[in-house]
Amino acid sequence: MWRHAWRLARKDLLIEFRSRTAILSAVVFTVLVLMVFNFGRDPTAVAAVDLAPSILWVTFTFAAMLALNRAFQLELENQALDGLLLAPVSRSSIYLGKLIANLVFVGTVEAVGLPLFALFFNVRITPVLGPLVVVIALATIGFVAVGTLFSAMTGRTRFAELLLPVLLLPFMLPPLIWAVLATAALLAGRPLSEATGWLRLLAAFDIVFVTLAFVLFPATVSE
Amino acid sequence: MKLLKSGRWITLVGFALLAAVYVRALAFTPVERTQGMAQKIFYLHLPAAIWTEGAMILVGVASIFFLFLKDQRIDRFAEATAEVGLVFGMLVLTTGPIWGKPIWGTWWTWDARLTLTLLLFLMYVGYLLLRGAVTDPGLRARYAAVLGICGMCLVPFVHLSVYMFRTLHPQPIVIKPSAPSLPGEMLATLGFSFLVFTVLGVGFVIQRYGLSLLRDEAEPHA
Repeated sequence: MWRHAWRLARKDLLIEFRSRTAILSAVVFTVLVLMVFNFGRDPTAVAAVDLAPSILWVTFTFAAMLALNRAFQLELENQALDGLLLAPVSRSSIYLGKLIANLVFVGTVEAVGLPLFALFFNVRITPVLGPLVVVIALATIGFVAVGTLFSAMTGRTRFAELLLPVLLLPFMLPPLIWAVLATAALLAGRPLSEATGWLRLLAAFDIVFVTLAFVLFPATVSE
Repeated sequence: MKLLKSGRWITLVGFALLAAVYVRALAFTPVERTQGMAQKIFYLHLPAAIWTEGAMILVGVASIFFLFLKDQRIDRFAEATAEVGLVFGMLVLTTGPIWGKPIWGTWWTWDARLTLTLLLFLMYVGYLLLRGAVTDPGLRARYAAVLGICGMCLVPFVHLSVYMFRTLHPQPIVIKPSAPSLPGEMLATLGFSFLVFTVLGVGFVIQRYGLSLLRDEAEPHA
């Protein structure tokens, strides 16, 4: 199962790497959102560090949404999804493959976004880089797990680009709240123990929703 | 048609009983000392809130059964329940601010319980939008079931965060680990109102169920 999933993920990433349009657009989009945030606040009234966790997470949320919309769009061209379903791989490995590919995609965008965020808003992230990466990773796994499942459904509906955010945002909200709180605690230089409660919640969310999406995914593609 | 008619009767009985709830709440239940008359809205607010959350759980459980049994009737029930949940959610979101303005001095705060209700409301909207966006009935039922199950699983997470925030909202006084701390007469009114809301909910669901049957008969391909 893992082998099939890995193959699938590699296929998606290879397509991505060859064309590079989606990843480049997502990265440029991230930079632009960060810019919009800079001009969307009054720098004399609000210090950057007070707004930093929100800026980071709103940017990542939008970037993830953009990436997830694309995940199954790829398979709709030339009925590629039907071909994939005919292949002798289990439905669950298709999900895992898509999940891995999406995680790599979103992770890459975040890896570019995080240093830029630190640079643009003059936030010192180096002292807390380790825990911050853990928070980002846990939250990203949570959204992408649910998002991959939902994008498999919305991809085949009318107005997919609009429906995915409407369905997904309520599910992104709880991990987003915890991630913002944990990030705020970390950036303010509070002890790590203040963030562990949120980290535990994020991990619990990930475990529940990755399992759930893994189990439910076959129901969204079987003919 | 028979279903629709019996649903209508149950709803009518529910409305008549709702009038009785008003009478009992206004005339035969003591006025709360600090909040005064504003507290009376609580007898509508809480039962509606319980059923808003309850309906999501019903949708989720029905969705699980649907994925195993593939019975169209279960899907119809889930759809009807989600619509009723949406209506109850709207009721909670309307009565809440009406109470909040005189008592808290604000229509809305980002309290965890308010956030949960708004989120549930938006999840019902999303669920019904998804149903509207898929044309194939088989696919629609399966997609809706997947979303319904995810929705049900999200509720405990949001509920959990409720207890972790400091909050303006009154703490639970009825459903909590220790015994209810509401005076007997108020509790009786509340219990009565809860039963009435259950009757109303059943009436609404039966009507929506009958209506969706009729719709499928009228346009079999939709």
